[in-house]
Formats: sequence, C-alpha cells, structure tokens
Amino acid sequence: MTERPPILELRDIDKSFGPIDVLHKISLKVHEGEVLCLLGDNGAGKSTLIKTLAGVHKATAGTILMDGEPVEFNRPRDAADRGIATVHQFGGTFPLMSIGRSFFVGVEPTKQWGPFTVFDRKKANEIAVKAVQDFGITRINDGDRLVGGLSGGERQSLAIARAVYFGARVLILDEPTAALGVKQAAHALRIVNEAKRRGLAVIFITHQVMHALAVGDHFAVLIRGSVAADFRKNEKTREEITDLMAGGESMADLEASVEGYVESHEGRLPPTNADE
Amino acid sequence: MMSTEAEDRRRVSGAFGRLARRPESGSFIGMIFVYVFFAILGGKVFLGAPGFSSWLNTAAEVGIIALPVGLLMIAGELDLSVGSVIPAASLTVAIISGHHDAPEIIGILAGLCVGLLVGFVNGYLVTRTTIPSIIISIGTMFGVMGMTLGFTVMIAGSTGVFIVPDPVTKALLGQFVGGMFQVTMFWWAAFIVVVYYLLHISHYGNWIYALGGDRESARNAGIPTRRLTIGLFMLSGFAAAFVGVGQVLTYQSAQVLTGQAFIFNSIMCVVIGGVLLTGGAGSVVGIVFGTLTFSIVNQGIFFSGLDPNIGSVIIGALLLIAVLTNDSFRQMAQSYAAKREP
Repeated sequence: MTERPPILELRDIDKSFGPIDVLHKISLKVHEGEVLCLLGDNGAGKSTLIKTLAGVHKATAGTILMDGEPVEFNRPRDAADRGIATVHQFGGTFPLMSIGRSFFVGVEPTKQWGPFTVFDRKKANEIAVKAVQDFGITRINDGDRLVGGLSGGERQSLAIARAVYFGARVLILDEPTAALGVKQAAHALRIVNEAKRRGLAVIFITHQVMHALAVGDHFAVLIRGSVAADFRKNEKTREEITDLMAGGESMADLEASVEGYVESHEGRLPPTNADE
Repeated sequence: MMSTEAEDRRRVSGAFGRLARRPESGSFIGMIFVYVFFAILGGKVFLGAPGFSSWLNTAAEVGIIALPVGLLMIAGELDLSVGSVIPAASLTVAIISGHHDAPEIIGILAGLCVGLLVGFVNGYLVTRTTIPSIIISIGTMFGVMGMTLGFTVMIAGSTGVFIVPDPVTKALLGQFVGGMFQVTMFWWAAFIVVVYYLLHISHYGNWIYALGGDRESARNAGIPTRRLTIGLFMLSGFAAAFVGVGQVLTYQSAQVLTGQAFIFNSIMCVVIGGVLLTGGAGSVVGIVFGTLTFSIVNQGIFFSGLDPNIGSVIIGALLLIAVLTNDSFRQMAQSYAAKREP
C-alpha cells in the first residue's frame, strides 16, 4: 500500500493568525484504508490543523498534496469537492432537523413540479436511512425522526455514513468518542473500522489513548503546534506513547489490559468493571 | 438508564408521536383555546362578521410581517427594523404620489424599494460583522425612523402626509371588502403560500433550518449563508414595506410614528406559533396559528366586556405558555421513536 502516494499529505504546513504561530512545520501522511490518530492536549493546534485540512483556514506556508498532487483549498467547498469530510464531536449539528433533511443539507435532492423546484423528502429519507443501515445501525428506520432524538453514537454514524455517501475519501473525525459512554464509544470505533475497511483514509483526533490504540495504524502527537512524535503501530511501546500524553502514565496499566483484550476480541473494547 | 429512555420513547408512539413531532400542535391547541374563550365571553357579535373581520384584519397586517420575521428567527436572526420600515414606506408613497402627485405605481415601487434597501443593509451588516442582528436592526430601526421624520418634515413640512389613491390601486391594496374585510387578508394568503413554498417545499427551507441550526456547519456544507441571510432580511423589509403601502392606501394618510407596535407583535406571533427563539425550528402553519391566536386575543378583548388592559396580560401569559409547551412538544419530538424499536 505504501508504494502508492498517500491520499493526503501535508508538507511543512505553517499557520499563523497575525503574529501568533499556531501550527509549525506540520508534515503528515495518510494512506487509504489507514487510520491516522492525531493525539494532543487542548490548545495543541488540533482544531486549527483540522480546519486547515477542511479548507476553513488557509495555510500560511507549506503544501497540501492529494494523491501526490499539490492542492489548494480556498474554502470548505474545495476540500469537500476533493473528498475531505469532517465529522464533529456531536455528529450532526442540526439536532432539530430530520434525519433525511440533515443528511442532504446543502445538496438537497429536488424534483421539478411545473416551474417549481420541490425538495424530494421521500427520496432523501430513503437514501439517508439506507446509508446509515449499511453502517450497521439498523435501529434507524424512519428518516423523519429528528437527529436530536438519536444517541451520540447514532449521530456519529449518521454523519460518517453521510460523508461516505457523498464520496468522502478522507474522513476527519474530531473527537468522535469524547462525549460518548463506553458502549457508545465502542460503537463509534467499530464504525471507524468499517470506514477503514471500505478503503477510506481516516484522521482520528482524540486525547483518549485507549481509543486511539484500538483503531490506529499510525500516530502523531501534536504539542504546541508541532509534531512531537510520529510513529506507526508497534513502533513505540505503550509506555512511550502514554508518556507523550498528558497524565498518561497513570493509564499505562489500564491500556495494556485494554489493548490485549481488543486484539483478541476483534476490535471490541472490554466491558467496564470498576473493581478491576 | 437506557431502558427507561427506551420505555419513554415507546410510550410516545404511533399517531400521537407523529402529532407531537409537528411543532405547530401546541399553537393550534392555543388558538382553539383562546377562540373558545372569547366566543363564550363575546357571544354572537364575536362569532359573527364583525368579530371575524376585526381579528382577521389585524391578523393579515401583522401576519404579512410575521412570516418573514419567522423565517429569520428560524434562521437564527431577529429583525426589529420592521417597525420603522412600515411608516417609511407609507410616507414614501404619500410623498411621491400624494404630495408630488407622481403616478401611484412609482410611489408604491419606491416604497417597496425602501423596504428592500433597509433589509439589504441589515443583512449586509449582519453578514459582515459579528454584531448580533438584534442590535443591528435596532440601529437601522432608529436610523430609518430619524430619516423618515427628517425627510418628511423637510419635504412636506409636517409629520403627516395625505394621499387620495385612485380607485384601482385602492381596490387592490386598500379596500374594505363588504365594508369590513380588508383586502390585505388576500395578500396575507398570498404571502402564506409563497413563504410555505420557500420553507417547506423548496430546498431553500432546508438551508434556512440549517442556517438556524448551526451557521458554521451550514456554510461548510456549501450553503451560501451570506446571500441567504441578506435575502431573508430583504424579504422581511419588503413585507414590512408592503404593509406600509397597504396602510397608506387604506387610511389615505401616513404618519411618521406608526408601526412600532408591529415589532413586538410580529415576534410574539412567531413565538406563539412555535418557532424556536434561538433558531433551527418552526413552521409556516405554526406562524399562521400564532398570528391568529395573537389577533383573536388582541381584538377579542374588545368583544368580551373585559378591561382591554387584560388583553395585554393574556398575550403576555400566552407567550410564556407557548414557549413552555413548545419546549415540551419539542422534547417529545426529539425522543420520539418508531413503534418497531426493539
């Protein structure tokens, strides 16, 4: 897989807002069917990096390459057109819209009725429900339900299914598990694995090492706007990874047991047990 | 935790769940309630043509403005400038076609353009600055009010200007049908159809909901948020100007200081109609119910024999009840799940 150019590559990306340097010489690569975990504490520049990738910000210096070709994102639409999709912490950000409507925000299916353009609600609902069910969320069967009535994991799935449906090749997941319970988080991680299996490149932003270890192939630790460490799975020991994370040492034992479990249980996370 | 949630969901199921999902359910119940209330107090007069015409006339004028104000609220914005656009448009018509005797069509078009212009300024400022629209539209409200007063006194020499419209214009925009029903209510019906199409049938509705749900995400999804916002403000400016034009042709005079009541009345209609004050939810049917509810109380009080001041108290209470019930309906809607849930 590595002989092909990476889907997305950053070379020496700098980003500053006026006199404030937020990102400094960021170089990263992500290949198809690969999960890149971006670890870092709050304020490390994760959000700025995501926004630069999504075309919200423009890099001050450096190059973004897709499939080996330099690209330029002047607005979010440019990144979206190239197949870069960002899914935020709470999945759909339109809790009061129906599943079908929020699925097609900005790209509504329409039909012509005389001189009038009509939003095709039935089609929107059908496609949305099918797309989510393909990701294994069979509980969602009514496209008129409001997004706000879904659980956190279901919302994430909806958002990811949406991105995949619209031809995303690179999926940027911004803290997808941060607001979820253990069960829900495991669910979200399964969907990350499913996206990976479908050949998408996933950039997974988190500060939960446990979750990163469960799905990541490649890890980058961001500290104060620079890549402090960049390594592949099994290149560093768990202790070294956790040492890079704030407060990670106390979690070392827990992670050891978790990773062992995950590997022997097809990517599933262990059940919680407070006494352990 | 999970199991009780699931139980709650199952309880709200089937037909009731479907009904609870309609944001206008609460406002419909409210409307029926106030109508019955005033029908009992007002009796035959309220139920007959005089009653009907009085609250329908009120509803038509405030309703034309409430519709685009509602769209703006769904999109997460407020427009308070409508209160001074009404007299500005009235006086534009009166000065051009009354004071200067230009053809009425020119005066009417100029009046409507005043509304579009104020709407454009509102929208432009809202999209180019980070100032909340409530502040911007208060600013433009005072600005327009001052300019209206200044120009009127300068040109006409007084704060009131008269106009005698020709019969065709009068019939189209300022007539009382059967001596009681203002022709404005047909225009209101037309506005309802247009705004219903925009919000619920065309794909623009999706953009408006998304805009109110989360501006940032809407923009990232490729929605032209700036153009949409400016367009919505222009629509509300146009609607306010339309009411102003209708008023001057109906009453054949224009005063500088009219229209302030429409600011809060239109917002009240919209909120009673189930539109979420913070944006992202609401419906045209709800706004219409809210407008009718407001007008029934506003006019019904005169038929009821109660102290008219009580009307304001009732409207205030209704507003609070509306917000509370809308809230619980919305929660029900969000927790609604299909029956087949395992």
